[in-house]
Amino acid sequence: MASPSPKSPEQSEKNKQYDRQLRLWGDHGQSALESGHICLINATALGTEILKSIVLPGIGAITIVDDCTVSDEDIGSNFFLEMSSKGLNRGSEALRLVLELNPAVQGHAVQEPPDQILDENPDFFKSFSLVIATTISEKVTQSLSQHLWDINVPFILCQSVGFLGSLRIQIREHAVTETHPDNEQTDLRLDEPFMSLLEHLESIDIDALDLKDHGHIPWIIILYKAVQKWKINNNNKWPVTRNDKEDIKNIIRDFIRKDENGIPINEENFEEAIRAVNTALMPTFLPKNISKLMYNSAATNLTKDSSSFWIMCSALRAFVEAEGKGKLPVKGILPDMTASTEHYVKLQNIYKMQAANDAEIVYRKVRQIVTQLHCDSISEADVKLFCRHAHDLYLVKGSCVATELQLGNSVASYIATYLEEPDVMMVHYIMLRAAGMFRSEHCRAPGDWEPEGDIAKLKTCVNKLLGDISCSPFPKDDHIHEMCRYGGAEIHSVSAFLGGCVAHEAIKIITKQYKPVNNTFIYDGASTNTATFEF
Amino acid sequence: MTSESQTADYQNRRWQHIRKLLERSGPFCHPDFEASAEILNFIMNCCKVLIVGAGGLGCELLKDLALMGFKKLHIVDMDTIELSNLNRQFLFRRNDIGLPKAKCAVEFVNKRVPGCEAVAHHCAIQDLDEDFYRQFHIVVCGLDSIIARRWLNGMLVSLLQYNDDRSLDQSSVIPMVDGGTEGFKGNARVILPGMSACIECTLDLYPPQKTFPLCTIANTPRLPEHCIEYVKVIQWAKENPWGSSTTLDGDDPQHVVWVYEKAQERAMKHGIANVTYRLTQGVLKNIIPAVASTNAAIAAACATEVFKLASSCCVNMNNYMVLNMADGVYTYTFSAEKRPDCVACCNSTRVMKIDPDATLQYIYTKLCEDQAYLMKSPGITTVINGCNKTLYMSSIKSIEERTKDNLKKKLTDLGLFNGADILVADVTTPNTITIKLKFETLDVDMTK
Ligand SMILES: [Zn+2]
Repeated sequence: MASPSPKSPEQSEKNKQYDRQLRLWGDHGQSALESGHICLINATALGTEILKSIVLPGIGAITIVDDCTVSDEDIGSNFFLEMSSKGLNRGSEALRLVLELNPAVQGHAVQEPPDQILDENPDFFKSFSLVIATTISEKVTQSLSQHLWDINVPFILCQSVGFLGSLRIQIREHAVTETHPDNEQTDLRLDEPFMSLLEHLESIDIDALDLKDHGHIPWIIILYKAVQKWKINNNNKWPVTRNDKEDIKNIIRDFIRKDENGIPINEENFEEAIRAVNTALMPTFLPKNISKLMYNSAATNLTKDSSSFWIMCSALRAFVEAEGKGKLPVKGILPDMTASTEHYVKLQNIYKMQAANDAEIVYRKVRQIVTQLHCDSISEADVKLFCRHAHDLYLVKGSCVATELQLGNSVASYIATYLEEPDVMMVHYIMLRAAGMFRSEHCRAPGDWEPEGDIAKLKTCVNKLLGDISCSPFPKDDHIHEMCRYGGAEIHSVSAFLGGCVAHEAIKIITKQYKPVNNTFIYDGASTNTATFEF
Repeated sequence: MTSESQTADYQNRRWQHIRKLLERSGPFCHPDFEASAEILNFIMNCCKVLIVGAGGLGCELLKDLALMGFKKLHIVDMDTIELSNLNRQFLFRRNDIGLPKAKCAVEFVNKRVPGCEAVAHHCAIQDLDEDFYRQFHIVVCGLDSIIARRWLNGMLVSLLQYNDDRSLDQSSVIPMVDGGTEGFKGNARVILPGMSACIECTLDLYPPQKTFPLCTIANTPRLPEHCIEYVKVIQWAKENPWGSSTTLDGDDPQHVVWVYEKAQERAMKHGIANVTYRLTQGVLKNIIPAVASTNAAIAAACATEVFKLASSCCVNMNNYMVLNMADGVYTYTFSAEKRPDCVACCNSTRVMKIDPDATLQYIYTKLCEDQAYLMKSPGITTVINGCNKTLYMSSIKSIEERTKDNLKKKLTDLGLFNGADILVADVTTPNTITIKLKFETLDVDMTK
């Protein structure tokens, strides 16, 4: 038998290679990733573990900044160094081995310390989509974070010490259209159906349907009919209370056809309608945080330099105030439900058409703005995507690491609140900072040579920090002792865990999909505990 | 290798990081922990760890453990390398496509980490016997199959030894560290077989597989998935495009294209949008999205637990961690509870309460659908007057034919009685499970 030859082309090699992740962030997420350029400062074990999970999915390019020479210890914990790397530049060696993971990724190594680059060529950092730094000194952290904040380049600072790890994201403003919420709310507009939906709902008479059709109309129609019936006897108001909803359920039960003995027959679509009563009757509303975005001064005072996100927010506001009558554009998504193909597809198309119409209006407004401001144009596809997800837009305004390091009033009281609880994860935060301070003062990690002798010195650092935030010293030295025990050791599995997390957050930032950590993540591998703090 | 690499001084420098944790005691250490150089010696030269799976998690685990000092590593995987693995299975390159995963992974890591003596087993876990599994101190799994996990869990439970007073012989316990991921989510857990919750104790933690009712697929398709399922389940068998002896293979691009086109035709006919090649492939192969970063984090969490088990340097996680990286990075650790009547790990007679008038079908359905069993195709036998009697078995066609009428029969008509034992075999367990029937008139519908 001759085999049927395929007419449609097979997937490209690249699509095959990236198939499992394209299902998470789509082709547009992938192309955003491929135009990203990440700078890593210091190719420590943590650094290369981060790069691994960014290079594999296909980042556009990486640049490693590292002036260290490879030691035996480095090789012992870093998979992307080999025996022959000893004595060579760490960044160049790591780059060579990391790039083997994906030939599509470009790479560069710069054998200079970051503070020297900051002094001599600060523009160096301008071209990156993101800068990631591991194990840099307090002093460099201070100046680098300030510089990256000023030039508006996102920054992730991270470290791995013993069982502890932390990552801190610094980004001025980060807007996410596709947040991929776990349980997305439906947008059915049953309380205020738009014209074409209303016409469709009104065109169906449940009682007149034959038995087969009766069992195959979508629950949305059933629920609508039940509410209409209920409203007649309830001053035309919308059902809100529990009792109202019970009434609606009973009306739906009455709708179910009976057999010759008067026993209700099994109609799954009516059962679905009853189950939907509690959630689907929620009145359509404009989410508060979306309203806040639309009226944010960045959206109300557009300039030539406004980002496309703010321009679309502005157009969205214009839509809500006019055509939308106080509501966001229709999502145009219909969940699956028991229904005949014909009924379902018809209803689905009604929602889809309305969504397309609404998005079209928003797009026209976007174009008007773009013309007025003479700024870069925004594609129709982008506007459509924006409207589709308008209910779940997310914006985070970050803070500068340099400010956090200086322990200003708000940072101090924030930390103090957690320490009073007491929250052990905030204690870890203090310990990591104290260890950094120790490093600056003594040019080595606490406990590097032997643990006991450094306990008192590290305690001085801890108490200085606690004093700065007006907290009393820790009642016990156990965490200080533990940090000295670590002696600055970098444990591979702790770095690998944190490396996975940092890479993940980097991908979120570059693809502008999913919500990143806001803004500090602490990991304790010993107790398998994590926490997020917002500084 | 240079002679320098053998010297103690070099070894001390190279493992400096881990030595700090193992040769120094701390206030948060496990009560039994005694810091010494012996621990690293044990990890390197004695502690045998089996890694199950050389995929996304397995590659990471092998690398993580090799860099945590473990040398006596074994890794088992029956698969060969495919192009779609390369976005996360970082030990493989394009040239490796088609080669066995376990062998490739081992060669890479042994070369990169001098002294590592990892051994590859290119076979199914079911091909290895009790003696093989018994040699390990710790088993760590990175599998995507629930059945394989359950089988392995059953194997480790079957290695448990009990003392005369029915107490557990602790030396027979082989801890199992298990990781799993799906997209941006994952979990890691530590199982001490016979002591803490095992896989079978917590079957309800696995989400049921998404299926579409046949009538929807055949009569009222609404989603693109329905159209693809239709072609897969109904149209393929009807048209047999490559002849009746060729079954649908989701890995054969020509097959996928055929299904894709037929599904598109069907979708077009019904006005359904968005049948794509990617979706077709996803539905046919039941593809689970996967990304390097989530795998790295979960594998690392498992490796940390293996390190704790081997070194006693701190207490293990208790005992189940959930990781969600879709909205920030969030973890939650809880103590999954051991089921006193667990079909795998309880050390007492398993009892099934049943109505004397029930049919064999009732037992079969219970074994498949009850949260305590969730078996796939249980074969049921019993012993009557010293003779084995097969009551029902679906896995072998000729026996299925011969025994299917038994399903309709009452238990008593099959010679079963109150207190009789039935022996159940299934793909989810390496051993036959004995269940004692306890007749009780129950207040439920027995007709199904
Ligand atoms: Zn169990």
